[in-house]
Amino acid sequence: MIGGLFIYNHKGEVLISRVYRDDIGFFHVKRSNIWLAAVTKQNVNAAMVFEFLYKMCDVMAAYFGKISEENIKNNFVLIYELLDEILDFGYPQNSETGALKTFITQQGIKSQHQTKEEQSQITSQVTGQIGWRREGIKYRRNELFLDVLESVNLLMSPQGQVLSAHVSGRVVMKSYLSGMPECKFGMNDKIVIEKQGKGTADETSKSGKQSIAIDDCTFHQCVRLSKFDSERSISFIPPDGEFELMRYRTTKDIILPFRVIPLVREVGRTKLEVKVVIKSNFKPSLLAQKIEVRIPTPLNTSGVQVICMKGKAKYKASENAIVWEIKRMAGMKESQISAEIELLPTNDKKKWARPPISMNFEVPFAPSGLKVRYLKVFEPKLNYSDHDVIRWVRYIGRSGI
Amino acid sequence: MTDSKYFTTTKKGEIFELKAELNSDKKEKKKEAVKKVIASMTVGKDVSALFPDVVNCMQTDNLELKKLVYLYLMNYAKSQPDMAIMAVNTFVKDCEDPNPLIRALAVRTMGCIRVDKITEYLCEPLRKCLKDEDPYVRKTAAVCVAKLHDINAQLVEDQGFLDTLKDLISDSNPMVVANAVAALSEIAESHPSSNLLDLNPQSINKLLTALNECTEWGQIFILDCLADYAPKDDREAQSICERVTPRLSHANSAVVLSAVKVLMKFMEMLSKDLDYYSTLLKKLAPPLVTLLSAEPELQYVALRNINLIVQKRPEILKHEMKVFFVKYNDPIYVKLEKLDIMIRLASQANIAQVLAELKEYATEVDVDFVRKAVRAIGRCAIKVESAERCVSTLLDLIQTKVSYVVQEAVVVIKDIFRKYPNKYESVIATLCENLDSLDEPEARAAMTWIVGEYAERIDNADELLEGFLEGFHDESTQVQLQLLTAIVKLFLKKPTETQGLVQQVLSLATQDSDNPDLRDRGYIYWRLLSTDPVAAKEVVLAEKPLISEETDLIEPTLLDELICYIGTLASVYHKPPSAFVEGGRGVVLKSLPPRTASSESTESPETTPAGVPTGEQPDAIPAQGDLLGDLLNLDLGPPASGPPLPASSVQMAAVDLLGGGLDSLMGDEPEGIGGPNFAAPPAAAAPANVGAAMGSGLSDLFDLTSGVGTLSGSYVAPKAVWLPAMKAKGLEISGTFTRQVGSISMDLQLTNKALQVMTDFAIQFNRNSFGLAPAAPLQIHAPLSPNQTVEISLPLSTVGSVMKMEPLNNLQVAVKNNIDVFYFSTLYPLHILFVEDGKMDRQMFLATWKDIPSENEAQFQIRDCPLSADAASGRLQSSNIFTVARRNVEGQDMLYQSLKLTNGIWVLAELRVQPGNPSFTLSLKCRAPEVSRHVYQAYETILKN
Repeated sequence: MIGGLFIYNHKGEVLISRVYRDDIGFFHVKRSNIWLAAVTKQNVNAAMVFEFLYKMCDVMAAYFGKISEENIKNNFVLIYELLDEILDFGYPQNSETGALKTFITQQGIKSQHQTKEEQSQITSQVTGQIGWRREGIKYRRNELFLDVLESVNLLMSPQGQVLSAHVSGRVVMKSYLSGMPECKFGMNDKIVIEKQGKGTADETSKSGKQSIAIDDCTFHQCVRLSKFDSERSISFIPPDGEFELMRYRTTKDIILPFRVIPLVREVGRTKLEVKVVIKSNFKPSLLAQKIEVRIPTPLNTSGVQVICMKGKAKYKASENAIVWEIKRMAGMKESQISAEIELLPTNDKKKWARPPISMNFEVPFAPSGLKVRYLKVFEPKLNYSDHDVIRWVRYIGRSGI
Repeated sequence: MTDSKYFTTTKKGEIFELKAELNSDKKEKKKEAVKKVIASMTVGKDVSALFPDVVNCMQTDNLELKKLVYLYLMNYAKSQPDMAIMAVNTFVKDCEDPNPLIRALAVRTMGCIRVDKITEYLCEPLRKCLKDEDPYVRKTAAVCVAKLHDINAQLVEDQGFLDTLKDLISDSNPMVVANAVAALSEIAESHPSSNLLDLNPQSINKLLTALNECTEWGQIFILDCLADYAPKDDREAQSICERVTPRLSHANSAVVLSAVKVLMKFMEMLSKDLDYYSTLLKKLAPPLVTLLSAEPELQYVALRNINLIVQKRPEILKHEMKVFFVKYNDPIYVKLEKLDIMIRLASQANIAQVLAELKEYATEVDVDFVRKAVRAIGRCAIKVESAERCVSTLLDLIQTKVSYVVQEAVVVIKDIFRKYPNKYESVIATLCENLDSLDEPEARAAMTWIVGEYAERIDNADELLEGFLEGFHDESTQVQLQLLTAIVKLFLKKPTETQGLVQQVLSLATQDSDNPDLRDRGYIYWRLLSTDPVAAKEVVLAEKPLISEETDLIEPTLLDELICYIGTLASVYHKPPSAFVEGGRGVVLKSLPPRTASSESTESPETTPAGVPTGEQPDAIPAQGDLLGDLLNLDLGPPASGPPLPASSVQMAAVDLLGGGLDSLMGDEPEGIGGPNFAAPPAAAAPANVGAAMGSGLSDLFDLTSGVGTLSGSYVAPKAVWLPAMKAKGLEISGTFTRQVGSISMDLQLTNKALQVMTDFAIQFNRNSFGLAPAAPLQIHAPLSPNQTVEISLPLSTVGSVMKMEPLNNLQVAVKNNIDVFYFSTLYPLHILFVEDGKMDRQMFLATWKDIPSENEAQFQIRDCPLSADAASGRLQSSNIFTVARRNVEGQDMLYQSLKLTNGIWVLAELRVQPGNPSFTLSLKCRAPEVSRHVYQAYETILKN
């Protein structure tokens, strides 16, 4: 198991050190300027150690925001307290911030004011089946927000042929619900739709794509996995506040929102002509936002002239790229940029890596075609019904990393 | 609140000031002071001097202050063990606190204070906490048992904590179960034989229930523990798999990997014909692919594991090639690993796609990555039949003229030639054009090899090699060796034009080089060429074995072991834990379960992997005990004791001769070099050597034939597997014992199931009841190449040192090869010890029978033996059990028999045979009654076979 945990700053100075055993051997992850290192001497579960380090980062971020040297120094007592709680003799324990925040507080002296019931409620929550939610949460307005966030990843050959494309999506939920609500989430998963039968055949014919094939999905620990495995239904009691309900991956019938057509011509040894066309490929009524096309330039670029039809384009010497930004763009449109890049003659043998042109955007639909069909809420003890819950659903499609 | 100020104080006299503050009356000031102390401790300053002052602050209602003091205690208690006792009272009191959080905190901290003296005070509070009403306290106490065990294992056992811990596995709270499992698993690792976890279908069921309810970390503990369980049959394996598969959808990739481990392991037991088996295969692929969208560090862990999985079960991911295509922004360690997996997945069906990708990679800028990509193309060529595409891709790459690309390409083309000889020589011309750009030893050596190998088709081969020869002494050893061989090859192919060249290289190698390898090789060639050029041609230009892609694979036995460690460090390093874990902890050998079939399934026994112990096969000797000490200390050379048998003396002679040969070789050296032509330096020695070698070889042959069971000797049992390959890094040993005209031998069959060649075999026995010892060294002359089997008969003597074993006929054996030393034990049948002069005189028999007290008599039944008395007698006689007298009483045949063991013990027997009744009654009398049972077993074996 984990023998000890250290937090270092970029100079290698120890900020936090908590030793559980007399062990050596390293795992580390880096967050901005901070290194988290776990050490061990045994044949530990490596995946678990890394997962734990990420979790540790999440917990710290939930307590004091950004993980920086300053914040860690400011909160070192708290961090020791957390480490004592979430890692015992190197075994990770309950690390859900929702539960931790009930008894590890920066005040620290809460214990005197707690009644016996409160104490046992804390312990049963920390060790219990629903470790991520405490009882007795009350909201005047029961509300929930669902964000379907998708990123489109595309691999294209130099000849412009799509080698592989996949969407990795996340369903992020923000729940502000009273009590211990039982939720059931439904989407247009092909397997579920087909199982539900042929009765809704007319629905399928209305628009082309009614259901999508999900290659794989993973769930937050609140989701009952055995139920998903047997019935493919997603049921859970959500943590309070924001959490990632599920992640999924699809590879079939992906709507690629944009097409980028580059044209590069080398004119002699000191000049490069670049032309890039982007075409939007979705319903004209929808608007894509925050479009940014990044065209890398060689290291020996001396000057760039750019002309673009839409938006703003600029050569950023420090980033070795031409950055073209378009605020909004409707569907089924086309736009173009052309640039002349002047190069310094160089005898540098090292080749230019020719990084790919990258593009960022946000579109208000899910490129995979995923749709939320329902999110039912049942709270048997409190008297609010499924109809009283206000739901907000939002779809955002983004470019991949 | 900003605590960072505590880090800044570095002025002198600080300790003194802190001391004053710690003893202050004001609570706030105290707390501040403790924080400063902790901050100093964190940055590595020694604040142990403040121990008593800090401990004084422990008695407080303030939980935050208490926690800080505890933290300090954990750090410094070890350096101040006497003072640490001061804290004990507070701990004990806190363990009784009404607040469960404080009770848990106290027991948790106490366990972290690694001071022996404290542990005895810990026992009582811990016992209470293990039975606490609050689950939070119980789960903390469960881990505390593991802590205590780490400090004082004996104490934990004596206090019965292990049993309490076992009870916690049935606790109602899932987290308590998970922590108890984690603690027990860890404790069990240091007691490999204790069977602590004692998993059975009931407890497994409880674990599977807890699996659905506990935290993600708890799920990992439980899954890792499940993976060590051995289901009793394929049905149980399947039902566990069914309940584990939902975990594949967990967001925590460690949970997913641990679930994969359980599934991969238990799949071994499922029949491939089952529908469920193929369902499971399909279910495994998507989660593995999803792991690749995790953070880079986890991606790497996942990829290393996938690398193992595709080697074990390529069918799982065979359609997922594309997900392993590298991304522009992948970290380099992820890129390299993906590349490796791509090659493993390459097949006839996707080779075009793979090559197109690899060719792209070869034009990237990262040198390491490019090199690996070029190598990958070569590996694809060797793996996938029809290498045309790969070769043409490589030629395209050579055209880029990028130095390191060309060099890598040359190296892999050499390998391609070795796989497909005489097929792609057309590319040689292109290679020769790029000769000048090769500056790396490996590429130069590869190119030299190619030129030498295809010298007859390269017109200017001699010029090319001569070019290399100019800077001979500046080349690295591998190039020098290669150059030497290549020129000799050239000479043998074109003797007329290249005599000067070969003279030159031989003298460079033998005269001017101080590298012994090079010199030796030079001499060997020189002598070969001068003695018998025809033989030289046969040796140097011999047909070479083809290479195959298997050289890149992990050895099957290691792979199986690593599959048991999926998700752990071992799977990331691709090394067994024993290779990197210090000491004995965590190095219990794990192995995949054997494929079993439930009772009604009619799977043939051949499907059981060889080497898996079934029934009463011998176990490997556990790595403990004094006996082994003896074995370990023994020198594994030829035995010093015991009269050498003829075979060994022949061998000795051969060694002598060789030695003489070497001497003369050395003595002749100056002459040999000085000679203008191929003077034959060791003129006389060489043929003598050959003769001797032949001689010893032949005598071995005879040895072997005499060992193979001829009918006249004692009964010979069929060979049984003694040392399964899984336990001996790929070496499988099966064998049996024979007795033939007075000599005992051990007939061995050694099979190399590993991927590397095995050499340097030696054998040694531990002391045993009858002093059995090898009478000659284990003679395996040729190295044992992979998949090769060698049969050998090892003569045994009975004059070794004696020690009584339990059971009596137990023999512990150590076998050494170039890889390691392996231990196994086997039971030898007693009849190999029955000597030929075991027939007792009648009178003597009667007297002895009466003389031996009747409590030494043992009676046995031999059932289902449909032999007549005559047939039985005859059969027993051939195994040296002699019938002394015979009489017929009331229709029963009574045979009176005698036998003598090698150590002189006489055994007298009365065998009652009733015609028509297949059951014999055997009465044995002997002064050493403990042999009776084994003699009976010998009777039974002889009569029934």
